Amino acid sequence: MLKVDKINVFYGKVQVLWNVSFSIEEKEIVTLIGSNGAGKTTVLNSISGLLPLTSGTIEFGGSRIDKMPTYRIVELCISHIPEGGLSFPDMTVYENLKLGAYIPRAQKEMQESIERVFQMFPVLRERSKQLVRTLSGGERQMVAIARGLMSRPILCMLDEPSYGLAPLLVGEIFRVIKTLQEQGTTILLVEQNVKHTLEISDRAYLFENGRVVLDGTSEKFLQDDYVRQAYLGL
Amino acid sequence: MRILEGEKVTIHFGGLAALQNVDFHLNQGEVVGLIGPNGAGKTTLLNLISGFLAPTSGVIKFRGEKISGLKRHQICRRGIARTFQSVKLFSNMTVPMNVLLGSLFGKARDIGRLDPEQEAMEVLKFVGLSEKKDILAKDLTLTDQKRLELARALATMPELLLLDEVMAGLNPAEVIVAIRLIKEISGKGITILMVEHVMRAIMSISDRIIVLHHGEKIAEGAPQEIIRDKKVIESYLGTDVYAKS
Repeated sequence: MLKVDKINVFYGKVQVLWNVSFSIEEKEIVTLIGSNGAGKTTVLNSISGLLPLTSGTIEFGGSRIDKMPTYRIVELCISHIPEGGLSFPDMTVYENLKLGAYIPRAQKEMQESIERVFQMFPVLRERSKQLVRTLSGGERQMVAIARGLMSRPILCMLDEPSYGLAPLLVGEIFRVIKTLQEQGTTILLVEQNVKHTLEISDRAYLFENGRVVLDGTSEKFLQDDYVRQAYLGL
Repeated sequence: MRILEGEKVTIHFGGLAALQNVDFHLNQGEVVGLIGPNGAGKTTLLNLISGFLAPTSGVIKFRGEKISGLKRHQICRRGIARTFQSVKLFSNMTVPMNVLLGSLFGKARDIGRLDPEQEAMEVLKFVGLSEKKDILAKDLTLTDQKRLELARALATMPELLLLDEVMAGLNPAEVIVAIRLIKEISGKGITILMVEHVMRAIMSISDRIIVLHHGEKIAEGAPQEIIRDKKVIESYLGTDVYAKS
């Protein structure tokens, strides 16, 4: 479904991704793991069209998307839930959610989508008329995740979804991701809660210094001595 | 000795009581973890201690003197520094300049400085950012930005350090490094109040834990007591094994 082929990305003169290649099959959960600064967020930003590639290609459903503007990529039903949320602080929770459903396909199903995300995060129903800036950090993160699901994505990319969430909700987030997959959404996940992320994923890629250094099934990752020591802290 | 004390601390946001009659204290040299569900009032409490908000009622005292109602820079100069959950750096300044601002405007500002830039570099080295000296704060990764906030706070030479989710976004191996770092800070005699959801960190660093829920203190005690507390499990930890790690 998604094929990233030998992409190279620079920030100014500094190269941050080196010949990165990976792929995702339909209805898979694929995880990118690696230390902070390894290039995982940069990969998601490249797929979303937020960063230009110096070379390499990205294909989605067989067509090139690497030169498309971001709004066109969103229209293909690729959703990106960024690290740290980045919801609109001076809009209400409800308005943020509505914005998530601005593409035509999602607009039709908006009411249903809103009901669905309110069921996932009941506190957002209570807060729906509040400005996002009056919410706590964790609640803002919930708004961001909910907004990302409003577009009814075919491919959903989540960057640190558990960021700032209480333990009880971290468990809930993993359940939500698994449910999305069961309902047919393909998931690309970047998450530092490595062990449990691997437990719900099908496959993983390990990033170091902007390069893919290991790939395989999640079971393989969970058993790999190097991964256990360097990334699971075991 | 009690370095920080709060008595019946209450703050209302419009009709909402974000904190209601919260009593708390920190002993000198202690590390206290502050936990609770999202929206419980943890960051609000840090905002009250650091002067970003003033309580609707109640008093906060630092070293026996009332600080609630003082301006944030006055509180910083008395020796309380903090980091922010949503990072607030000087984004268009370099990494060392951010730290330098801490050392020049914090508690340490009265001391005759021989070489503030050298001192800033030492703080950066301590938090592991010394290689980023030519980079603008905005170009750091989110986790490095948090580390820079920690460096800036330390550069003010605080007696009390308030940490708001410094571990968020770190992988387990990085959490271990961060735990070591906070223990080292504590080893320097700095009292620490930390908001954190990473239970592994809270459990291994805290001498004591305070739990907030809906703006009220629902539990307080040693880490081992807290994780067995039924109210804490119900409202915060959950029964999932994986949520707790």
